[in-house]
Amino acid sequence: MAEIVKNLRPAVVSAYPITPQTHIVEDLAKMRDEGSADFEYINAESEFAAASIVLGASATGVRTYTSTSSQGLLLMAEVLFNIAGLRLPVVITCTNRAVSSPINIWNDQQDAVTIRDAGWLQLYGETNQEVVDLHILAYKLAESLLLPAMVNMDGFVLTHTYEPVVIPDQDLIKKFLPAYVPAKDLILDVNNPRSLGTFAAPDKYMEIRQELFEDVLAAKKEIIKQNTEFKKVFGRSLGGNGLVEEYKTKDAEIILVAMGSVCGTIKETIDQLRLKGKKVGLLKIISFRPFPDEEVAASLSKAKYIGMVDKSISLGTEGILASDLKRTCYGKIKAPIKSFVVGLGGRDVTEAMIEKIVGLVKGKNDETQFVG
Amino acid sequence: MKYKNPFEHLLNPGHTACPGCGQLIAARHVLDACGPNTIIANATGCLEVTTSKHPTSSWRVPWIHSLFENPSAVATGIEAALKAKGLDKKVNVLAQGGDGSTFDIGIGLISGMWERGDNILYVCYDTEVYSNTGYQSSGATPHDAFTRTAWPGKQSVGNIKFKKDMLAIALAHKVPYVAATTSGLIEDIKRKVKKALAIQGPKFIHILTPCVPGWGIEDNMAIELGKLAQKTGFFPVVEFLNGEMISNMKVPQAVPKVEEYLKHHIRFKHLFKDPRGKEQLQILQNICDENIKKYNLK
Repeated sequence: MAEIVKNLRPAVVSAYPITPQTHIVEDLAKMRDEGSADFEYINAESEFAAASIVLGASATGVRTYTSTSSQGLLLMAEVLFNIAGLRLPVVITCTNRAVSSPINIWNDQQDAVTIRDAGWLQLYGETNQEVVDLHILAYKLAESLLLPAMVNMDGFVLTHTYEPVVIPDQDLIKKFLPAYVPAKDLILDVNNPRSLGTFAAPDKYMEIRQELFEDVLAAKKEIIKQNTEFKKVFGRSLGGNGLVEEYKTKDAEIILVAMGSVCGTIKETIDQLRLKGKKVGLLKIISFRPFPDEEVAASLSKAKYIGMVDKSISLGTEGILASDLKRTCYGKIKAPIKSFVVGLGGRDVTEAMIEKIVGLVKGKNDETQFVG
Repeated sequence: MKYKNPFEHLLNPGHTACPGCGQLIAARHVLDACGPNTIIANATGCLEVTTSKHPTSSWRVPWIHSLFENPSAVATGIEAALKAKGLDKKVNVLAQGGDGSTFDIGIGLISGMWERGDNILYVCYDTEVYSNTGYQSSGATPHDAFTRTAWPGKQSVGNIKFKKDMLAIALAHKVPYVAATTSGLIEDIKRKVKKALAIQGPKFIHILTPCVPGWGIEDNMAIELGKLAQKTGFFPVVEFLNGEMISNMKVPQAVPKVEEYLKHHIRFKHLFKDPRGKEQLQILQNICDENIKKYNLK
């Protein structure tokens, strides 16, 4: 992670340590201290400060980076909303982890999913290679759209797992992501003084928020476009169009929908089930915000049974993506959508559990079912 | 002080602050002393909300408002970006907030900025109350003051807490330049800002800025009460370089009693009516006397 961040050439990095993010920022600090990287590295006294520091640096017109997880992300929440409103192209890695209480350092996706309404692009990687590639894409998207972007990688499952990955060098990356040139009138510059973060009364606020809403939605087109460009430069790309990836969905009677590293387990299980003649497929969500409504609805259109496999819950309703899925499919798809919650607080998600879900998806229970 | 066309100041008129606001007077002179090569990170509060109603702005220097508690950390980010651009020697970074931001909600982030030794001038405009939300107690509110969260009544004679000593907190962080002044002392403000900017590292200037509605004072009294706060010893006007006191504005030979200062404020009115007030006035007088002794103000 630190290697790819270095090659993306941020000018200012600031962070506060939290498991399971620590080794990313430790290595970045080491690169700076040993002289192999020339960014400013600022030790912050909290995640709130780290987010505020990259906010200030980004507003001054340079590329920035920070990373956090869980409690740290929640502590940043106020700043995250603010960064999006200020239209600053900050990029953050969230190493997804459960949220206290009870305190738990292991993986689920409650942290990032909880702040889905902040105005950030949220991208989720299945493998470490995808996470590397998503970072390159995230900067490209953030800087072209003036929207902040969060790359999510499951804590421990990805952060503490060794996998061979291709880390493109700076020369290759420059072909896709040239040096950052900020928009002239949107930064703090003594030669062109501007006021940023001014207050908006009721006659102005709503239009500004509506514009942000429309721009986050419109980011879908840019993700598809940049994913295509990415392939031209790097010779590979994210699965599908960059918003979603379909796995054996074409003839599938049952489609499971999921996000992040659990997709690998689901794919393995599907391969086994297919050998037994069961027509199961997977729809992987890569872009959670903006949510790929059209792609999701199209992919699920022929399924008879749909199961959402969430690693987060909205207490009082159901799995968080289950609600998104139902909204997307409303009026378009007749197949029932069931909500399954797995892997909270680092509980291993096994192939047996996925098989169990494949069985339950045809059942009559419409309530959220915890499988673990 | 020479008259200046209001539009020549870097903080322009057209803002919506109350007539006679002590904070706006101080802020205008702080910024003039900083000059146009300055970037400001501003906390939420009166200073922000009265000067930046979208799409207008009173600020003729680059200015950013993010949140209530983070102008210090935003300023750290600005400073880091200036370093990356090779502009850090040419541009001043000014972080500013009120007492609520400085003494209370933002103090952790200020501590971080000072610990890192960031080259930032932090100015606190201290109205001794949450002015912008309608006058609730802050960590800077003086003992016995009436606020909307400290009502004099059967169980209370006003704010039970004592004002936090921000100068001591700054000095404990080894902030190289630490100073206090008031909006009654314009030349002193300008001198201290210029002195601060010549020093590498963190700088803290604490300015007492009378709040017309929050204190319940006449709108022509911000300057006068800024002076009287100093003369009574209620607000010591001092200056520290590398931990050593290098200046202390002396009180007059005949030091005015604290009542001379307090009688102009509605927030202290109850002390003059309530039978319990006498004892409390003595406590406030003792605070002044201790300040005079501590900082050798006589």
